[in-house]
Amino acid sequence: MIFKNPMAPSTFPMPGRRFVIAVPYVWLLLFFFLPFLILLYISFVDMGNDIHPFKPIWDSQTGLLKLKYENYGSIFRSSDGGSLFQTLYIEAYLRSLWYALCTALLCLAVGYPFAYFIARSAPSVRPALLMMVMLPFWTSFLLRVYAWKGILADQGVLNQALMFFGVTLEPIQMLYTDVSMLLGMTYVYLPFMVLPLYANLVKMDFRLLEAAHDLGASPFKAFWLVTVPLSRAGIIAGFMLVFIPAVGEFVIPSLLGGPENIMIGRVVWDEMFTSNNWPRATALAVVMIALIVIPLAVYYYHAGEAADAKR
Amino acid sequence: MTDKDERAGYLVTEKLVKRFDEAMAVDDVSLSVMRGEIFALLGSSGCGKSTLLRMLAGFEKPTSGRILLGGEDVAGLQPYARPINMMFQSYALFPHLDIWENVAFGLKRESLPKADVQQRVGEMLDLVQLGPYAKRKPHQLSGGQQQRVALARSLAKRPKLLLLDEPLGALDKKLREQTQFELVNIIEKVGVTCVMVTHDQEEAMTMAGRIAVMSKGRVLQVGTPEEVYEHPANRFVADFIGNVNMFEGRLSVDEIDHCAAITGIGEIQVGHGVSGTLNMPLAIAVRPEKIEISKERPAADRNVFMGTVKEIAYFGSYNTYIVVASDGSRVRITEANTTRQDLSNITWEDAVYFWWNDRAGIVLRD
Repeated sequence: MIFKNPMAPSTFPMPGRRFVIAVPYVWLLLFFFLPFLILLYISFVDMGNDIHPFKPIWDSQTGLLKLKYENYGSIFRSSDGGSLFQTLYIEAYLRSLWYALCTALLCLAVGYPFAYFIARSAPSVRPALLMMVMLPFWTSFLLRVYAWKGILADQGVLNQALMFFGVTLEPIQMLYTDVSMLLGMTYVYLPFMVLPLYANLVKMDFRLLEAAHDLGASPFKAFWLVTVPLSRAGIIAGFMLVFIPAVGEFVIPSLLGGPENIMIGRVVWDEMFTSNNWPRATALAVVMIALIVIPLAVYYYHAGEAADAKR
Repeated sequence: MTDKDERAGYLVTEKLVKRFDEAMAVDDVSLSVMRGEIFALLGSSGCGKSTLLRMLAGFEKPTSGRILLGGEDVAGLQPYARPINMMFQSYALFPHLDIWENVAFGLKRESLPKADVQQRVGEMLDLVQLGPYAKRKPHQLSGGQQQRVALARSLAKRPKLLLLDEPLGALDKKLREQTQFELVNIIEKVGVTCVMVTHDQEEAMTMAGRIAVMSKGRVLQVGTPEEVYEHPANRFVADFIGNVNMFEGRLSVDEIDHCAAITGIGEIQVGHGVSGTLNMPLAIAVRPEKIEISKERPAADRNVFMGTVKEIAYFGSYNTYIVVASDGSRVRITEANTTRQDLSNITWEDAVYFWWNDRAGIVLRD
């Protein structure tokens, strides 16, 4: 019998196939790459005292590029002559990265048991359990964050309950703290951790755990030595899906976070709409993208190499 | 150890029962496996052999009964606390670890000194001739090599009992034959007591010293390959092991040294006595290769019957004929192709004689 390799190029011309492949590329081009170029452009504009950010970035007489690097320079060194990296912007970046890291780790800690439980439950109940993970998406994101405000406020549900049961006499400050912000971020981003982890864990051959038990590994050891390493790809995917949007998160920190812990999303907002300094705001955004994309690219390059080596 | 203990067995299951909800997976199984023996559990899928093996490994808890290994009851022990290792059907090699780490996995759980682990893993890899592959990942090896890694891994801890779950099931036919002998050689070299599960009777017969034939959770017969083939205890075993022609009938002659039964195709003589009463229902089983076939009338005067050839199948080393006897029953006859010319010259729709020696028939009462 002759079997055709389904991956082999077909001998028949199929214009439809090219079109299908083109769709995501066109999408990315129009809605990711082009806007990014606009951002990049504005980040080099010298606005002067104008209020219009779309000014040419070349000299009108010579036609040479005239980029305002100061938009970027001021991110790393403050204008009053402070030392390098000692700016509010850098602080906001570091804080954002830190909170995003905490969020991702919390999501991992909470999401892993979730995903594991769903993956190990009977196939017939898995869709229902997955549905429950995704159910919060049916309600508006803002509404859910506001709900947390209602729970955590000084006169909120939680404090009232604590006072009713005599755990505390006065309300505990929970809202507008790191705790409330991380709680909100973890809550909102949890499905993004659970879903890729589930997709990974459900494929795992649980006979491998039996093999580990058979060879003398206790349940915990077997989990640590077999399940965790085998779910590495899922952990990384979930981590990225949480970490990346969490770095630029704007809404949750402004609703649940404290006033002193300004994150980079807030800073960009302020530069854009309060200071009306679009070049600075876009420069901040470009640096943020670089902060995330460069480590990612390095990681995927090495992961790709490792995958090639396997073959 | 006294002679009596020796016979009592190294691995003993006593009235072992496993019930899943209402289904009896393993029903009152009492077996005794001797030290150093290769013992096969043979049966078709769903007969309970795998459940029995999983109870020995500790993955399933018996509903009732005991499992004694070297006199010690292990039924209550967790799988990771049992001195029993298993080679899984799919091998279950850890895909994220290289071959060396796979073999060392069990040893590292014992907190042995590093040098000892190193040495033992080296020995095991030499034993299965995979020393040069130590740094490879499982998916970089062929099926046969993976199987040897799985064997090395399950032997590394020097278990008191080795369990093999369909050890050759994942290999193709050609490789299977060669691997059978390798596997037996290694197991005998190590001297470990071994219980294997298989649905393949050839595999069981070539590898095992004794076979337990299972059906519906019960053990129907335990014996050497020759015993279960030549002296099956009942209709199921006779039918399950190899091919057989079964002639149902009633006992007509019952002497000390011979007996006979009236069956659909006529009276069949059997060269041994049987304990029973005249006229009781029984079956005479005759293996296809023990029946001779010819167009000429044979010299023999007993167990000679006539029929018409309906089907002929050529298998290379032998031919199989399906002959329809006078009462319409289909009789399977195989003949070795010892010469290149087909002297018998039997073809479709030929009227033929077929006959067998009176020691070929087996009387089956159950």
